[in-house]
Amino acid sequence: MAIKLKINGEERDVSAPPSTPLLWVLRDELDMTGTKFGCGVASCGACTIHVDGVPTRSCQLTLEGAQASEITTIEGASGKVAKAVQDAWRELDVVQCGYCQSGQIMSAIGLLSETSKPTDEDIDDAMYGNACRCATYVRIRSAIHHAAKTLEG
Amino acid sequence: MTYQTSRRGFLTAAAASATILAVGYRPDGVLAATGEAASLNPFVKISGDGTVTAVLKHFEMGQGTTTGLTTLIAEELDADWSAIEFEFAPADNKRYKNLAFGSQGTGGSTAIANSFGQYRSAAAAARAVIVQAAAAEWGVKPDAISIEDGVLKSGNRSAGFGDFITAAAKLDAPAEPTLKAPEDFRLIGKATLPRKDSAAKTDGSAKFGLDMRVPGMARAVILRSPKFGGTLKSFDIGRAKKVSGFIDAKEMPGKSGVAIFGETTWAALSARGEINAEWDFSKAETRGTDDMLADAIKSLDAPSWQAGKEKDAGVSAKAIKGAAKTVEAEFHFPLLAHAPMEPSNCIIEKTAGGVTVHDGCQFPALAQPTVAAILGLKPEQVTVNTVYAGGSFGRRANPTADYQAEAAMAFALLGGERAVQLVWSREDDIKGGYYRPMAVHKARIGVDEDGNITGWDHRIASNSIMKGTPFESFLVHDGVDHSSVEGAADTPYAIPAMTVGLSDITTPMRTLWWRSVGHTHSAYAMESLVDMAAEAAGKDPLEMRLELLKDAGADGKRLSAVLKLAAEKAGWGGTLSQGRGRGIALHKSFDSYVAEVVEVSVDDGDVRIEKVTCAVDCGIAINPDVIKAQIEGGLGYGLGAIMRNHVTMTDGVVDQSNFPDYEPLRITDMPAVEVHIVESAEAPTGIGEPGTPPIGPALANAIYAATGERITRLPMSENGISFA
Ligand code: FES
Ligand code: FES
Repeated sequence: MAIKLKINGEERDVSAPPSTPLLWVLRDELDMTGTKFGCGVASCGACTIHVDGVPTRSCQLTLEGAQASEITTIEGASGKVAKAVQDAWRELDVVQCGYCQSGQIMSAIGLLSETSKPTDEDIDDAMYGNACRCATYVRIRSAIHHAAKTLEG
Repeated sequence: MTYQTSRRGFLTAAAASATILAVGYRPDGVLAATGEAASLNPFVKISGDGTVTAVLKHFEMGQGTTTGLTTLIAEELDADWSAIEFEFAPADNKRYKNLAFGSQGTGGSTAIANSFGQYRSAAAAARAVIVQAAAAEWGVKPDAISIEDGVLKSGNRSAGFGDFITAAAKLDAPAEPTLKAPEDFRLIGKATLPRKDSAAKTDGSAKFGLDMRVPGMARAVILRSPKFGGTLKSFDIGRAKKVSGFIDAKEMPGKSGVAIFGETTWAALSARGEINAEWDFSKAETRGTDDMLADAIKSLDAPSWQAGKEKDAGVSAKAIKGAAKTVEAEFHFPLLAHAPMEPSNCIIEKTAGGVTVHDGCQFPALAQPTVAAILGLKPEQVTVNTVYAGGSFGRRANPTADYQAEAAMAFALLGGERAVQLVWSREDDIKGGYYRPMAVHKARIGVDEDGNITGWDHRIASNSIMKGTPFESFLVHDGVDHSSVEGAADTPYAIPAMTVGLSDITTPMRTLWWRSVGHTHSAYAMESLVDMAAEAAGKDPLEMRLELLKDAGADGKRLSAVLKLAAEKAGWGGTLSQGRGRGIALHKSFDSYVAEVVEVSVDDGDVRIEKVTCAVDCGIAINPDVIKAQIEGGLGYGLGAIMRNHVTMTDGVVDQSNFPDYEPLRITDMPAVEVHIVESAEAPTGIGEPGTPPIGPALANAIYAATGERITRLPMSENGISFA
C-alpha cells in the first residue's frame, strides 16, 4: 500500500516498507539525492532535512513517521533565509568536497529562521551535529554571520 | 557572456556550432589542434557557441581542482572566468597521465604542480590558433588582436572564440606556445576567484558517486570478515529472504565475503543484518593493537634497516655519548581511518562493448585495468565516468582498487547484465582497514654545553604502505619504504650525526596513505623533539629552529621565511595571559613549506584550541583562496585525529564502528585560523596535504607551554587531556 508524503510542496506516493528510513526513501525511491547518507546513526547531519520547518536527521525518521508532515529537502529550499544562506555559502566559497553541505545548509537555514542574529554559541548549538570531514567550519561560521547580516537588510 | 555580434558573425557562429576546436597532446607529447575531440582526448575544447570547456585529468575531492586547472586554461586563453566550464577526463593513461607518477591519477598533492606547464601550454596553443585564424579572416597581423574575457578585438572589430574555431582547427598548433609572464597574469594569484563547484554543491544538484542512478540498477553491500585476512567458510541466508526488496546473496570470489543484493540500499543493508556467516581465521590477524604496538616497540632495539643519509648506526650513538644533556622520547601513533564523508561506492553498468564505471575515481590507471581483469575485458572496454568525490584523504587511491574490484565482482555475481551500485556503510568504512599505519618513533638526542645538538639517534617502526603494491619498485629501496620515514630521514634541518633506523610492522591488515602519509607521524615526532632539544639547550623554540636551518640550503631559506612570518603574525614571544600557551611547528612536505603557531587556553584542565596562525610557501599561488581553504581544512583534518581518533583492535576485531566512537572534529573544536601566503615566483607545489603535518606538534608544543605536560602517545584524549 502506498504511503503519501508531502515533499517540497508536492504530494508523492511511496510504496516501501513503512519502517524504511526517510533518507533512503528520498534517495532510492524518489531519486532525490541532494540529501546525503553519512552515518545512518544520527551522528553526522549529512541527511538533514526540515520536517515542518525543523531541521531533522532523515536517517532517524521512518516513512511512516513522516507522512503527516511537510518535508523540505535541499532541492526545495527556498525563501529569503534559504537564499541568504546559499548566497553566503557561495560568496565565501565554503564548500570543499561538498558532500556534507546540503545538511549544513539545511541546519543553517533552520537556525536563521529561528534566530535572526545568532551568536557563536547559537551557531555551536545548531551546527554541532553537522560533521564536515573537510573541516570547512571556519567558513561555515562566517557564512552564517554573513547571511544574518544580509537578512538584517 | 554577451557581446555585440554582426549578422554575419551570428551566421558563422551558427554554422560552426556543429564543430569544435579541441587542443591537447598527441600520444607522442606534441601539441595538436583538431576539430574532432574524440580522437585527441584534449585538455581544452571550444564549441561553436564559444563555450570553453577545460578537460580535467584530476578528479575533485574538495581540493579545488575544478577551480585550479580551469584557472590555468582560462588564464592563457584569456577566457571569461564566469563562463568557462569543466568536465572530468575519461580514462586515458597516456594523454592524461599525472606527470609526477606517469599514470593517470590524483594524489601526493600534485594536481597543480604537474599540470602547471601542461595546461597553460594547451590553452596558449588554443589561443594562438584562434588568433591566427582571426588575423587571416580580418586581414590584420596576429599581434594586432587582443583578447579579453573571451572577446577578440582588433580596431573596431570584435568577435567571440566560436567564430574562428572551424578555421583554427585546421591550423597546426605551435609546438612551444609562448606563455604569459607572471606579471601579466589576471586570474592566477587573484585573491578571490569564485570556486567553479560552489553553486552545484550548495543546492543539492552536485552528483557524487552515491547519487548516480542508472536504469535498473541493483544495490550491493558486502559482508566481510570481522578479522583482517579471514575467509568465508559458509553462510546462511536466514531471514534475509523475508526482507522486502532483497534480491540474492552470493559468496564473493576468493571467499572474501558475501555479496548481498537489494532493490534499494536499505533492502541490501537490512538483508545483510539477517545473514549469518562462519569464518576461517587461521590466516587472519588475531592480535590486538596493544600486542602489535608491543612488538613494534621491541623491534626498535635493533632496527632492520638504516634509512638516513648516514648508514652506520653507531655514528649517532658515539656522538651522543658523553653529551652534557640527552633528550629521550618515545612516540606512539595509532591506526587511523580516513572516514571521508562519502563512504566508498561505485556503479558498474553494462554498456555497448563493455562496462562503464561511475565513480569519484581518484586513480583511473588502477581502477580501469582492475575492473577489466575481473570481468575478462580489455582495459579500453572499461569506460570510467568520473564524478564528484565526497572527500578521500587518501582512501580512494588504493593500489588494490578495492571497492571498484568489489563492485566488479558483485556485478559479475549478479549475472553481468544488471547494473550494480556497491555501497559501503559507515561501519564498513571505519572497520574496513586500509588505515593510516601504526607507528612508533624512538629518539635519543645529545646536546652539548653550548646548547648545540651533538647527535640524533632516531628509530621508526611502521607498517609499510608500499610493499606488495605496484608502487614498491620505485618507492622502496634497500628495504626502506620511503613513506615510513619521510619527514624524518630526509629532514631539511642541518642535524649532525643523525641516524634513522626502520623496522616494519607486519600484519595481514593493509594500510594506506592518509592525508600527508608518513608526515602525519614524522612531523609530530620531529617537531616535538626539536622543542625538547631546545629546552635542554636553553633556547627558544623559534631560535633553535632558525639555527638548525642556517646551513640547510634553499630549503632552509624557505623554511626560515615561513617560520619567521608565522611567528611574527602570531606575536611569538609576546606575553600571554595566565593559562595560555603557544606552540610552533614547521614542516616541509610535498615540496611546500608550512609553519603553524597554535595558541591554547587551559581552564580547569580543559584545553581549548583558540587560534592557529599559518604561513605557507607553495610557490606561485594559483588560487590564494583555495590555498587558504586547504590549509584550514588540512589542519582541521589533522586536529580531529590528534585530539581523539584511533582505531584499536581486540583479538583482531576493530573496536570502533561509526562516528559515535570515531568522533570527527566538530565546529565547536575548530580554532580561528589565519593563513599567510608567502609571495613566490617558484613553480607551484602541493597544497592539499602540507597543512596537516605541523598541526599536531604545534598543538603538543602549545599544551606543553601551557601545562608542562609533554604528550607522546596519541590520540591526546587517551592521555588524560580533555578538550573544552
Ligand atoms: S546520515 Fe543521518 S545523521 Fe548521518
Ligand atoms: S565539504 Fe567535505 S565533508 Fe564538508
